[in-house]
Parts: sequence; structure tokens; C-alpha cells
Amino acid sequence: MSLSLSILLTIALAPLVGAILAGLFGKLIGRAGAHTATILGVAIACGLSFYVLYQLVWGGAQNFNQDVYTWFEIGRFHASVGFMIDRLTAMMMVVVTFVSLLVHLYTIGYMAEDPSYQRFFSYISLFTFSMLMLVMSNNFMQLFFGWEAVGLVSYLLIGFWYKRPTAIFANLKAFLVNRVGDFGFLLGISAILYFMGTLDYQTAFDHAPELVGKTLQITQNHAWDAATVIGILLFIGAMGKSAQVPLHVWLPDSMEGPTPISALIHAATMVTAGIFMVARMSPIFELTDAALSFILVIGATTALFTGLIGIVQNDIKRVIAYSTLSQLGYMTVALGVSAYSGAVFHLMTHAFFKALLFLGAGSVIMGMHHEQDMRYMGGLRKYMPVTWITMWIGSLALAGTPFFAGFYSKDAIIEAVGESHRWGAGYAYFCVLGGVFVTSLYSFRLLYMTFHGKERFTIEHKAHGHGHDAHDDDDHHGTPGVLEHAPHESPWVVTVPLILLAIPSIVIGGLTVGPMLFGDWFGKAIHVNEANDVLAELGHEFHGALAAGLHGFAQPPFWIAFAGFAVATYIYLFNVALAGKIKNALKPVYELLDHKYWIDELYFAVFAKGGVKLGEGLSKVGDTAIIDGAIVNGSANLVQRIAGGVRRLQSGFLFHYVFAMILGLILLLGGYWLIGQ
Amino acid sequence: MITLSHYIVLGAILFCIAVAGLFINRKNVIVLLMAIELMLLAVNTNFVAFSRFFGDVGGQVFVFFILTVAAAESAIGLAILVLLFRNRSTINVAEIDSMKG
Repeated sequence: MSLSLSILLTIALAPLVGAILAGLFGKLIGRAGAHTATILGVAIACGLSFYVLYQLVWGGAQNFNQDVYTWFEIGRFHASVGFMIDRLTAMMMVVVTFVSLLVHLYTIGYMAEDPSYQRFFSYISLFTFSMLMLVMSNNFMQLFFGWEAVGLVSYLLIGFWYKRPTAIFANLKAFLVNRVGDFGFLLGISAILYFMGTLDYQTAFDHAPELVGKTLQITQNHAWDAATVIGILLFIGAMGKSAQVPLHVWLPDSMEGPTPISALIHAATMVTAGIFMVARMSPIFELTDAALSFILVIGATTALFTGLIGIVQNDIKRVIAYSTLSQLGYMTVALGVSAYSGAVFHLMTHAFFKALLFLGAGSVIMGMHHEQDMRYMGGLRKYMPVTWITMWIGSLALAGTPFFAGFYSKDAIIEAVGESHRWGAGYAYFCVLGGVFVTSLYSFRLLYMTFHGKERFTIEHKAHGHGHDAHDDDDHHGTPGVLEHAPHESPWVVTVPLILLAIPSIVIGGLTVGPMLFGDWFGKAIHVNEANDVLAELGHEFHGALAAGLHGFAQPPFWIAFAGFAVATYIYLFNVALAGKIKNALKPVYELLDHKYWIDELYFAVFAKGGVKLGEGLSKVGDTAIIDGAIVNGSANLVQRIAGGVRRLQSGFLFHYVFAMILGLILLLGGYWLIGQ
Repeated sequence: MITLSHYIVLGAILFCIAVAGLFINRKNVIVLLMAIELMLLAVNTNFVAFSRFFGDVGGQVFVFFILTVAAAESAIGLAILVLLFRNRSTINVAEIDSMKG
């Protein structure tokens, strides 16, 4: 039995229909109509995605790979829209639609007061469509379409509150930084077209071994290995989308968008598109150790150093944003050691617990009446118990506590790095182990600062006219830490998604670790050379999820994470004053982290200012001097000058003209005579 | 014996005198008209000479036409001259330069 095309088309198009209905007819169908239409669309997509996954895993369905529609043809080049559905795709579809569905639901509560309610629903449904097009694609062209479309929706959503200057700044930044990555990605796709002559996945992968030995003359006197060039270029695209160092700067700023977006796009799904893409292209990446080493080093750097920044952040969303960066680094490291299924596995577990953490943070922000600074929180557990418990579950999963989802995926990555002999693996092993401590430290710091300890806010009841949590574009309170109402638990549309995400955050790892990592679950979707297959090595020691969990207690990562937990507990729960002392004692380190290694400042000084300088220079030299001065005014001036000379010939005296005529006649006749000679 | 070349040389001399009159003369517009007449006469001389030489009367018929046209042209030229004098109060060629660029 095989999958039917109409089901796949419905999955992709149902969210698009919802987006169009909510976006173009938002006024007509109203708020309830907009969320009903989009939720229905995504729910259909989600249900059918589960069905597709079920059919592929248990129903014995064959992989699906078929072109649906010819997009355009240029000469021999043929771009089509098509679907390639295997287990990797099906898993991504389920993750995307499931998280998206819960985020849609959550948005009803979170955006209840927002005037642009319908626009928001339209955007997130459009995002779901774009992301599905990205993961379901069977060719590079459609992948690029989805890639750009999710980037566009991300841009629109970061700047959703377009009256806030910071939001506009952030979305511009995200767009520009992504452009750098996308440029590399586009070059990579072009290189594939150049070498393989096709953009179809299956054909390209079948012909991938032919790349070996081919070279590309980029710089003089040095031929580059084709597979390495393609691998690095494609990965530069992934660096932009998945926010790897040094293109990570956009992700923390993207927190300017509404929280449901941070959960859906900037944590669970879109930012993992790069990881998915590299896993999908595994037959190409397997050909090149150099590109994989590059990926490994970049990922390891991201995993440790962005996590460190998370420790000093005070904005609850930014802590989680840096945590996302760090976890994306882990996934990238896994790609770098050829543990593609490990990366995708971590992608899946991370999608659940990171969406949970973000939605939980959003719930806290709602409960605190749009206060995001953790310094003015504390002791919230008695006000919002559901959020408290689910956040704990999310954090435990994130920190890699045995038996939670994050444990299996993260542990597998760490051990895979330990097994790997690829260049850079030693550095990466150090980074991922250090990252475990850091992850645990900032996770529990966040929990303690938010939910435990003393309340660092005061509640002032005062008469006021405006509505309860008026959801304006800039509704920050006049005095930080002063609330007009007591914090409150969020409505059911918010807590239900939290609970629904908390369940997979606990169990999904244990349930799927065996088949996904060590079984042949992905089949041919992911290709690993035997010599590189570190997960197979680990598989020999794997005796079921339970045993792995118990074994986890005896492993260094657990104790490192526990150390992070202990430090966080001591500093942020028992000896709160110590944090300030440490901060003062380690002033230079704190400054370094607080300024995010001055990378933003560096980019501003070099790229932003440089860009402005370059633009000014081009404007002054290129436009004012060359185009205006030399070409436009210059040609006019030249004509004027020539005319000024020529007009002297026109003396107005008849005898001059006659003389010229005679002279001309003589020359003409003389010329004829000479030729005749 | 007067041959064809004598007539042609005469025509050429007349033509050259006319040309010289056109651009050496800087005083009088009437002289310009006269020089143009002289040019036409030089051409006529050639016509007649060749007509006789080839035994073709057509050349002499042409001369009559040319003389007629030349008379009309002189009349128009003199009329322009009168108008010019009325407007500019001069027929000095060196002063007539209103077409200067």
C-alpha cells in the first residue's frame, strides 16, 4: 500500500487555506472565525500527519516520492513541486503540526486582547504551511522556497508589534543575518545543480558518490573538493536558519515577537530547519570529512558559548532563547559526528520541551501582566501551579535528567561525540560536557528566580480605567516590579497545551530512543558511512530505554548536570546574596557574557557601520560623482562645450559660408581625383 | 582656330571670377547677385560650347531656360535686397550677420 497524494496535498494546503481565510477575510469572519479556521486547518494537517506516520511505521506503506506540479522550466532545467515522504519527513511533519496546533490553541489565550488577532493567526498558519512545504519537499528548489517562506513569516512575526522600534530593529536584523546564510545556501544549491545537473533529491543522492574526486577551482592554484564546497555552502545556510555561531545574533533578538512565535518558530520548528536539511542531505555530507569537521567545530562552539550567555540574562524569554541556541549547537555537533539520527532525535525531543518552556514563559509573562524581567518575579509557584509544574518538567528534560526526553537525546549526542574520531571531536566533547553544566545552571536559575524564593514584586491595587491586562503594543509598567493585580494562573487554552507538551517531554525520549537511534528506523532516509557510524558503536551497549536511563545515573553528564543543579540551588535558592558577590568578583567575565562577547557591537561596528560607510562612499563616488557628475551632467557639459566651439564657425557672414562651400567642393573633387589616380 | 577648350577655359575663368566675387567682396550685396549671374553665364557658355561641339541643339535650348530662371532669380534677389535695405538701412555684407550662432 502506498500513501495517497490527496492526503499529502491536504496536509500541506489545509494550513494555507486557514491562513488565507484568516488573513484576507479576517474582518469578515471575525476573531472566533479566524481562530476556528486556522485551528481547523492545522488540526486536519496534524491528524493526517499522524496518519501518515502511522502508515509508514506500522501500516507498511512505501516511501512516497512524486512530482505533483511543474513549477517552471528553463531550457533543460526543470523545477517542480513534489513530495518526498519517508520516516524522517513524517516525523518532522508530526512535530511541526503538533507543536503548531498547540501553539494555535495557546494563542487564543495569549493574544486575546490583541487588536491584530486575525493577522497573527494568519501568519502562524502560513508558517505551518511553509514549514510543511520545506520538510515535505522532494527537490532543492521547493526546499529553498520553504526555506525563504519560513524566513519571511519569521520576519513578519518578529515585527508583529510593528510600532515597537525594538521589534522592527530585531526583524530587520533577523532578515539580514538570514540573508547571509541564505546566500551560502543558494550557492550550495547552485553547486549541486552545477555538478549533478539536477535538483531532485533522489537523483542527486543517487549520483552523490560521483562527486568524489571532482574539484572546483575557486581560488587560484588551489582546487577545492566539490563535496566539501557543497557541504560547507549548504551548512552556511543552516548556520543562518539554525542560528549557529557566528550567525546566531538574530535569534535572541527575535524574542521581540509574541511568545507563541518564540515557541513555535524560534525554538521548536523553524530554527531546526537547518538541522533537518543537513540530515536530509546526509548522502552528500557523508562524502566530506572536512565539511563535517567544520560543522562539528561550529556546533560545539555554539553549544557551549551561547549557553554561557544564558546564565547572565534576566529576561525570562532571553534565557530560553540562549538555551535554544545552545541546544541547536548540540544538534549541529551531532550532525558533525555523522550521528544524523541523533541530531534529528534531539530535534524532536527539543521541540517538545523547548516549546513547553517558551509557552510556560509566556504563561508567566501573562500572569505577571507582561513583566518579563526575572528580577521582579519569584515565588510564583503558589499563584500559577500548572505553569510551575510543567516548567519544571520542561527544565528537567532540558537539563538531561535520566528518563526525561532530553536525557536520551542529549546523552546519545555526548557519547557519540566521545566515540567519534573526526577532527575537532576532542574540542567538541569538551564543549558539550561543559554545556551540560551550563544548561543545568541556567535552567534551574530560571526556575528558582521565577517560581521560588521571595516575591520580588509588590501588588498595588489602585483604581484604573483601562481593562485587565490591556494588551497594548507597549504595555510595560511605569515602575518595574509593581503589579496592579496579583499574578494569576492562565486560562485553560494556555495550560492545556502546556500539559499536552509536558507529556511528550517526559515520555517521548524513552519510547523512541531504541528504534530511532539504534534501530534502522529512518531506513534509507539517513545515510551514514559504516566507518563514521558512531551511533552503531553506541548501539552495542544499548539494552533498552530503562537500562539506559539507569545507566545514565552513573555517567559523567548526569553528575555534571547535577553539579549545575546544586550550584543553581545554592546560589539562587539558599544564598541569594552570593550571586551578586560572584558577579562583582568576576566582573570581567560577567561583562563579557553580559555583552554577548561584544559580537553585536563588533557586527555593528564592522558590518552595519561598514555597510553604511560603503553606501555613503558609493553614493558620493558612484552616484554623485560618476553617475550624476560624469555621466548625466558630464554628457550635457560635453555637448555644451562642443557646441560652444562649433558655434563660432557659424559667423553669420555669407562670404564665410561661401568660402566653406568652395573649399568643400575643392576637397571633394580633389578627393575623387586622387582616388581616380 | 578657336577650339572647345578655349570656351571651357573661358567658362572656368568666368566661374572663378564669380566665386572670388562671392567671398572677396565685403561691401555690397548687389555685387553678390552679379557674381551669381556671372556664374550662371559661365555655365551657359559651357552649355553652348558643348552643344556646338556635339551638334546637339538641346544644350542651347537649356540656356534659354537658365537665362529665364536667372532673370526671375535676380528679380527676387533685388526685391529681397530692397526689403533688407528698408529694415537694416544697409547693404554692406560685413554688417549682415544676424544668422550668427
